[in-house]
Amino acid sequence: MTTLRPRAVGTPLERLDGPAKVTGTARYAFEHPVEDPLYVHPVQAAVARGRITGVDTEAAAACPGVAAVLTHRDAPRLEETGDEELAVLQSGRIAFRGQLVGAVVAADAETARHAASLVRIAYEDERPDVELRADRDDLYAPETVNPFFATDTGEGDVDAAMERAPVTVDVTYTTPMEHNNPMEPHTTVAVWQPDSPVRLLLYASTQGVHTVRTALAPLFGLEADQVRVISPHVGGGFGSKGMPHAHDVLAALCARAVPGRPVKLALTRQQMFTLAGHRTPTIQHLRLGCGTDGRITAISHDVVEHTARIKEFAEQTATGTRMMYSAANRRTSHRLAALDVPVPSWMRAPGECPGLFALECAMDELAAACGLDPIELRVRNDPPQDPETGRPWSGRKLVECLSEGARRFGWDRRAAAPGARREGRELVGLGVASATYPYYASQGSEALVRHEGAGRWTVRIGAADIGTGTWTTLTQIAADALDAAPDDVTLHIGDTALPPATVAGGSSGLASWGSTVVAAVRAFREQHGDDPPPGAESRAGTPENPDQKKYALHSFGAHFAEVRVDADTGEIRVPRMLGVFSAGRIVNPRTARSQFIGGMTMGLSMALHEHTVLDPRTGQVVNDDLADYHIAAHADVCDLDAVWLDEEDPHSNPMGTRGIGEIGIVGSPSAVVNAVFNATGVRVRDLPATPDKLLEGLDALRA
Amino acid sequence: MEHRITLRVDGTERAVTVDSRTTLLDALRERLGVTSPKKGCDHGQCGACTVLLEGRRQLSCLTFAVAHDGDQVVTAEGLGEVRGDGGLHPVQQAFIEQDGFQCGYCTPGQVCSAVGMLDEAEAGHPSHVTRDLAPPGAPDSPAPLDDGEIRERMSGNLCRCGAYVNIVAALRETATASRGAS
Repeated sequence: MTTLRPRAVGTPLERLDGPAKVTGTARYAFEHPVEDPLYVHPVQAAVARGRITGVDTEAAAACPGVAAVLTHRDAPRLEETGDEELAVLQSGRIAFRGQLVGAVVAADAETARHAASLVRIAYEDERPDVELRADRDDLYAPETVNPFFATDTGEGDVDAAMERAPVTVDVTYTTPMEHNNPMEPHTTVAVWQPDSPVRLLLYASTQGVHTVRTALAPLFGLEADQVRVISPHVGGGFGSKGMPHAHDVLAALCARAVPGRPVKLALTRQQMFTLAGHRTPTIQHLRLGCGTDGRITAISHDVVEHTARIKEFAEQTATGTRMMYSAANRRTSHRLAALDVPVPSWMRAPGECPGLFALECAMDELAAACGLDPIELRVRNDPPQDPETGRPWSGRKLVECLSEGARRFGWDRRAAAPGARREGRELVGLGVASATYPYYASQGSEALVRHEGAGRWTVRIGAADIGTGTWTTLTQIAADALDAAPDDVTLHIGDTALPPATVAGGSSGLASWGSTVVAAVRAFREQHGDDPPPGAESRAGTPENPDQKKYALHSFGAHFAEVRVDADTGEIRVPRMLGVFSAGRIVNPRTARSQFIGGMTMGLSMALHEHTVLDPRTGQVVNDDLADYHIAAHADVCDLDAVWLDEEDPHSNPMGTRGIGEIGIVGSPSAVVNAVFNATGVRVRDLPATPDKLLEGLDALRA
Repeated sequence: MEHRITLRVDGTERAVTVDSRTTLLDALRERLGVTSPKKGCDHGQCGACTVLLEGRRQLSCLTFAVAHDGDQVVTAEGLGEVRGDGGLHPVQQAFIEQDGFQCGYCTPGQVCSAVGMLDEAEAGHPSHVTRDLAPPGAPDSPAPLDDGEIRERMSGNLCRCGAYVNIVAALRETATASRGAS
């Protein structure tokens, strides 16, 4: 399978878009020069459940500079309303607080914002239902969980095995609602062009231009090629820009109201907390049973999470547990509560991230219960093949990651007994956790390779760079495929005018687009030989990978964390973190390390800070800005590093890669929380691990 | 209410009409087409809009343009221009070498903040974590700049991609080089 001979691949090429990014001249969606634009400011629902009974736009419309005011009463009708998240201004029904109920289009942003505040909307509202509890009587089993997994699985008899097991752990973990919060707010600039073959032109912050086009074209009764989406640089997404959201539709509706004029819409940071997706809160019941030798006989992982009433998103929280460790008796389940909440969606490693938080903390608890080192417990339960499918691993090197990490991190200095190491006011502890993430590669991309003459090449594919380094790494892959230097290859991405590309999601981007580019080069050589004329070009689609059905392809990793807990205040500091990863061949060590440490940093942030608070009475996100929704800052991140095993996956793709965008966040929160236990003897089973959750335990430690 | 003001942006005199509600950030981005400073939160909570205003780092979303008639604004785009060589500032070069960013959206703010921060430390300004507020020597001798100091002084600039480790490495390198040279 691995056929690409690496030359540029594997070298730490500096980012090709580096100079543009450090000077701020790389253009994000809101920054493309457009002629004489108007500005959109959305109006959001002030209730979480009910219907609109009255609309008064008179004062708003009377503001000098206002070009249009849209509400559900007069907004253009959409051709399709099946996806209710995208059925913007099509009815007066309110399904969550903050839902779009109107918009003002005006000559400048200040006027649009002021006029939006003058739009009066009357509601008939009911008390919203936004509280997730495991004892709700309306929990239901979705048909599948994201993206296509079975909702429930089972093998053997977990209950009987738990009865017989001499050592058991039976605990519940909870993780809160969390928000992606990319630094670039979700932005769409739209132009309705009645006289152009491209009827709707969009500059959008998106992880997939073709994904946006596919979703939006039918809403407006357009063919795909009547919509063009441009997005060369994206200021982060972490899943929230993986699919279009309501604001994209709103921008297009506003554009249609003022044909020929560009309209610019940037969600405010506050609006992003209701309109751009989020990670569902989870309640996870974990049971593990093992013999006195630490061999696991039973695993069950039962998850309760929320979804929106208007659109189901069923996060695959327990799927990591299905393949992580051996056990003859196993069970997983997912149950949803459909609430009056904003629409949940992808947030970095949906499923694996919250799921492995619970599993890897439970493994730490099991290790303590049977008196084994947590690494040794994992080694003893490392399955020889995928326990769920029985397929051989394409490469499972979890044990190597754990051993390498233990050596580098100084794991032998960890005191087995919790609360044993105190330095001044600080309790010091070390923690470990495993990581995994499945290998995804998507079919459906196409690439166009063209010889420009004199050994210069152009490669075109509508791929995305959301900070992942695609501009650089896909150029490296193309260069090796062409037997050329990266300098001789010009890459074009981020535009639906280019051949189609699948979304930058599921850590699948580079694998999917890279194999497509390699296939296009192969087609080029077959068609044009080794001495092609200038202007020669070839196009090819993503090749099938027969090995994908024969092997279990997953990446693995091991996280290590040192924490220092203030014995009096419970403040947690994390002076050291290390991740060791097995993720196939690494295309660019410089950018890859950034992705790994970036994921780990977000994991640290999840462990200590992140928590969206919904007011149960109003359904309002209470902490809807970056002063109240805390994410890790410079001062939180100290000596944090990532390394990886030198390898290639022989079964993944011509490059031998697996994805690396998400595995860094998987397991890292558990390593931190397990280190907190080692430091203090306190188990934090409810994220984030804030000081208040330690105080009682610290008192007990002092007593 | 509209006001006609003049800003000196990245070394060039720019006249612009602004609403009294227009922030310096919106004046730069939407009226003058200078999009190097970014809007991440519009509330002074993320640092993406940081520019150098009259030589000091400033959150451009937290100040009205009308209050800055005649002021000098330097953005990450103009750092090289203002130094005279048009190339990259050493901080920018170090960001590229250390891969101190991924998506790049917070980067112009991080860069401007870093340039301002290095000047503040050089001028002896203490930070929240500076241990000795009155070190021996001249009263305006440079403040210490270990990793802890850099992290503290840069904590107003959020990076969701999690490039902090590399940003600190870039600034450690820049600070060491400039202090070694002086």
